[in-house]
Amino acid sequence: MQSKDTGAWAHPVSSLATTAVGAPDDAVTGRRVAGPVHGFGQMWQKTFRVRLDGAGSPRDVMATWKERFPTFWPQSVKFYAPLAGIAPGEVALLEIAPLPGTPVRLSTGVLVIYADDESFTFMTPEGHTLSAWITFSAFQDAGVTLAQVQVLERPSDPLDDIAYHLGGSRMQTRFWEDTLIALARHLGTTEPSVETIVVCVDRKRQWRYVRNLRRSATLHSMMRTATAPGRWVTSRVRRRD
Amino acid sequence: MPDPGTRVEVRSTDDPSASVVAIFGDVTSGSEPALMEAFVAAVDGGARTIVLDFAGLEYMNSGGIGLLVTMLVRAKRQGQRLLAVGLSDHYREIFSLIRLDEAIGIHDDANAALAASRA
Repeated sequence: MQSKDTGAWAHPVSSLATTAVGAPDDAVTGRRVAGPVHGFGQMWQKTFRVRLDGAGSPRDVMATWKERFPTFWPQSVKFYAPLAGIAPGEVALLEIAPLPGTPVRLSTGVLVIYADDESFTFMTPEGHTLSAWITFSAFQDAGVTLAQVQVLERPSDPLDDIAYHLGGSRMQTRFWEDTLIALARHLGTTEPSVETIVVCVDRKRQWRYVRNLRRSATLHSMMRTATAPGRWVTSRVRRRD
Repeated sequence: MPDPGTRVEVRSTDDPSASVVAIFGDVTSGSEPALMEAFVAAVDGGARTIVLDFAGLEYMNSGGIGLLVTMLVRAKRQGQRLLAVGLSDHYREIFSLIRLDEAIGIHDDANAALAASRA
C-alpha cells in the first residue's frame, strides 16, 4: 500500500548532483547529506513565525513561496535554483557572503528532501557550515495564516562552531527573520512582525565529528579566495600564449 | 501547528529496562505533545531502551522526522537507546535518505530489537 507522502520525499542517493546553473562554484556534487545528527557543535532549534494578515490559504502561501523562493532571501546569499525548482530530490547551490564587504564567498548548497503543498524541507550537504534541516511551512491559527521557518542545526565542525558563536548564529537568525519579513510584505502584510523562538536541544559537542573539517566549505572557500589572484594571472598568461 | 491526531501507546515488555512506543496514524511536527508524553512515560517507567513501533504509521512528513531527530538527541543525552521496528520499505528508504538509520537501529519487529538491545 502506498503511503500518502509517497512522492513528497526525495529518493535515497549515494551522492548529490545538481541541475542548478549559474553558480560560480559547485561544492556539492559528489557529497552526501549531513543533517543535525552528523554535526559537531551544540544542537539548536530555531523557529521563526510571521502572521500573514489577509494572505490566502496555507497552500496559496506555499505555492508563492516555492515559486519565488530566491527573491525573499536577503542579498547576502545567492540561491541558484535547480531546473525543476523546489521539488523532492533537487539540489540548489548557494553562494554566501559571510563577511560583507570582503571578497570571501562560501559555496555550498541544499537538497530538497521533502516538498508537498503545505511544507518543504532542505537538508545540508557535507561541508556546509551547518549540519541542518530547515522546514518551511504555512498553517492556520485562529483563522489567520502563518508562515514558519524551523531550523534544526549544529555547526558542522570546530571552525564553524567558533564562527557560529562569534556572530554566525546571530547573522543566521537575522537572515531568516528578514526572509519572513520579505515574504509577508510580498503577500500584503504592511508591518510584519516575526516571532523567534530559540531552544538549545543538545549542549554537548559531538567530538566524533571533528573530522568534518576535511570537507569544510569554509576552508574550501577561503582557499579558493586566497588563490584567486594566482588563477587570474595564470588565465591571462594562457590567453596571451 | 495543528495536531494531526497522532495516537501513541506505551507498552511494557518482559524486559523491565525496555518499553515499546507504538505509533498510529499521522506524524507531523504537531505530534510533539503526544510523542513526547509517551517518551516521558516510557522513561519514567524505567526504560533504558525505547523501541518505536511504526507498524501503524500512515503518514509522516519532514516535520515528523524532525521530531524523531529531537527525540533521538534527548534519548542519547539521557543515556537511553532508540530503536525502530515496523517500518515499511518506504519509511526505511527515508531513514536511509536522511542517514537516520546510522543513529537509530532498525529491526523487523520488537522481539528482534529487544534481542539486539541485550546483545
